[in-house]
Amino acid sequence: MKHTLSVLVENKPGVLARVAELFARRGFNIESLAVGTTEKPDISRMTIVVDVEEHSLEQVRKQLHKLINVIEITDLDPETSVAREMVMAKIKVDAGNRSEVIEIADIFRGNIIDVSSESIIVEVTGNAPKLRAFEDLLKPYGIRELVRTGKVALPRGK
Amino acid sequence: MRLTGARALVKSLEDEGVEVIFGIPGGVMLPVFDALYESRMRKVLTRHEQGAAHAADGYARVTGRVGVCMSTSGPGATNLVTGIANAYMDSVPMVAISGQVATNLIGTDAFQEADTTGITLPIAKHNYLVKDPADIPDVVQEAFYIAHTGRPGPVVIDLPVDVSRAELEYRRREHPVLRGYKPTVKGHKKQIRMAARAILESRSPVIYAGGGVITAGAEGELKKLAAGNKIFVAHTLMGKGAFPESHRLSLGMLGMHGTRCANYAICETDLIVAVGARFDDRITGKLSEFAPKARVIHIDIDPAEISKNVRAHIPIVGDCRQVLKELNAAIRELKDEVQSPDRREWDSLVMDWKEKYPLTYEKGPGLKPQYVVEKIHEITGGNAIICTEVGQNQMWAAQFYPMEKPRRFVSSGGLGTMGFGFPASIGAQLGRPGDLVFDIAGDGSFQMTMQELATAVLEGAPVKVAILNNGYLGMVRQWQQLFYNRTYSCSCLEREQESPDFVALAEAFGAKGIRVTDPDLVEAAIVEAIETDCPVLIDFRVEPEENVYPMVAPGAPLYDMIGDMLYPVEKIHPEKAEEPFL
Ligand SMILES: Cc1ncc(C[n+]2csc(CCOP(=O)(O)OP(=O)(O)O)c2C)c(N)n1
Ligand SMILES: [Mg+2]
Repeated sequence: MKHTLSVLVENKPGVLARVAELFARRGFNIESLAVGTTEKPDISRMTIVVDVEEHSLEQVRKQLHKLINVIEITDLDPETSVAREMVMAKIKVDAGNRSEVIEIADIFRGNIIDVSSESIIVEVTGNAPKLRAFEDLLKPYGIRELVRTGKVALPRGK
Repeated sequence: MRLTGARALVKSLEDEGVEVIFGIPGGVMLPVFDALYESRMRKVLTRHEQGAAHAADGYARVTGRVGVCMSTSGPGATNLVTGIANAYMDSVPMVAISGQVATNLIGTDAFQEADTTGITLPIAKHNYLVKDPADIPDVVQEAFYIAHTGRPGPVVIDLPVDVSRAELEYRRREHPVLRGYKPTVKGHKKQIRMAARAILESRSPVIYAGGGVITAGAEGELKKLAAGNKIFVAHTLMGKGAFPESHRLSLGMLGMHGTRCANYAICETDLIVAVGARFDDRITGKLSEFAPKARVIHIDIDPAEISKNVRAHIPIVGDCRQVLKELNAAIRELKDEVQSPDRREWDSLVMDWKEKYPLTYEKGPGLKPQYVVEKIHEITGGNAIICTEVGQNQMWAAQFYPMEKPRRFVSSGGLGTMGFGFPASIGAQLGRPGDLVFDIAGDGSFQMTMQELATAVLEGAPVKVAILNNGYLGMVRQWQQLFYNRTYSCSCLEREQESPDFVALAEAFGAKGIRVTDPDLVEAAIVEAIETDCPVLIDFRVEPEENVYPMVAPGAPLYDMIGDMLYPVEKIHPEKAEEPFL
């Protein structure tokens, strides 16, 4: 099962290495990991998606907690949290189908952020199913390159 | 106060109350060793950094204080690694300080550069690479705090040479500031009450005591719990000394080379009270058949240990001493309320096992290693500090040197590090100068760190090394004999010629060497060793192919003990009677 962990860590050198090493050593698979600063400059937030059973999730959380630089761990319930991910895709286009692609991007509230004679780059933000649908629709045109940020998430309310 | 980084480090160590530092200097550590020269802290120059780390470890185990070791960068730091990993696996408080190349050279593969924080990341509780000299006082304070609180462990401080040369304004905080580190000390009240009820309602409870009892100084509360409620106690290797082994309720050690009564009791119990233990594979044997009838109360300060290997029905996170104290109180309160079942049947069953299956060995005509350990026990009145190496010697020491008190049995449990015992014994001796310290050693293990004989001699640490010299990597040979068809591949330490001559070796270092081949001379040799003021090495030429029994084969369940007297398995598990051990 996939779980999204929101991990607050002290913004110190080597913290990412500690977290990554822990996952590798204990044999837990990271699906995605996004890290960035928070409203407090000395604290970073890592959003980690792991694919583990309930029992292993407990271990992941407890082992993470043992890292001295880890301040807080929240297991985000999809019901009570919001999650987004951004994808950038470079699509092969020509004069004939460029507008079609732009239309698809529009439907997904995407932005065209680069245009050249042979390709355009589309940026879309959303949850995982939306991004998957977006990718599926663009595949027939030819995806030259694609990059995803990994999921970021916050609990709702309060 | 303006100080150089090196002086600030030394002052910080002094402020932490450090008495002794084990280590070896080198290029990037010269500023630190220069600053140490005038300090009143004792400096012990070992002959290998691994020795320094193990000595700090041994010191920490017998004193309960934080052990400190030091090395230079690169090879010095990598030499510390085994010792750091060893302390980590056995939860020993240690601060290891390594030099590092100058900050502007880090990452350039400079001379003697190694990524010490990277290397020690998975084998230390925490580590620091200090880049700003102003951080030194805080880092040292935090390192000591982290090392000895919660579940203790080693903390590494990597100190670049320019940082130790630079100046800073020294100021010391009252308390370390660690936002992400707050060990849970107090157990959950409701859980403790549940545990108390479970204990009172149990028909056949067993306490499984680990090293955490000793770390927490919980032996008094443990004794109250056991004796007050008539609960049998089995201990781990690390838990040796947590409960007096002469006590009627002591079942001795459990696990791979544990006693039959301890292992059978675990197989049959309806309630395990695990205290400061972590259900290691050497304890559980085949996990799926571990304690099939038992509910589990698991008390530990490290939440990650709870339900890691064996599911705990009643988990209690907290300091073992505090939790046991509250547990004892809760039991007192509930006693009148709960109707306890009759435990007489359980008591007589277990006592019957205990009487029928004591640890024993065939008293041969030759010199038996078990006999040597028994004699050491007898002559020292069970009061020595016993360090061990790893292998058969370690198991015989555990089996035949019963302990009455904690912090007197020093052995590499989690990592199983050959070469640990001897340097650890030096550290233990310096920490407890008034005590008699023995290293019960194997000929293979001793050769891994024997250069520390020089340290022992020059530092005046009169440790006694008793080598149970079987000419083999004995435990390896035993496994080869039992599970690999007697193919003794690379386990024999002798050829046509014996090497080394341990007695000559001891003498060469300025220690005393004694050789014993005759069982009748064992006693005299031990007495002579004890009466000698300097380090003594006794080369006991024991039976080469003696085995450690009883034994649970790796991967086998605990009731499948092989050894000289096979317990009729069908009595406990009729359906298992036909199954082979492996
Ligand atoms: C550093 C290290 N290397 C290898 C091993 C594997 N090993 C475990 S026991 C053992 C044999 C130990 O021989 P010795 O010290 O003579 O003890 P004995 O078993 O003969 O008493 C070996 C090689 C180990 N535990 N540690
Ligand atoms: Mg040997």
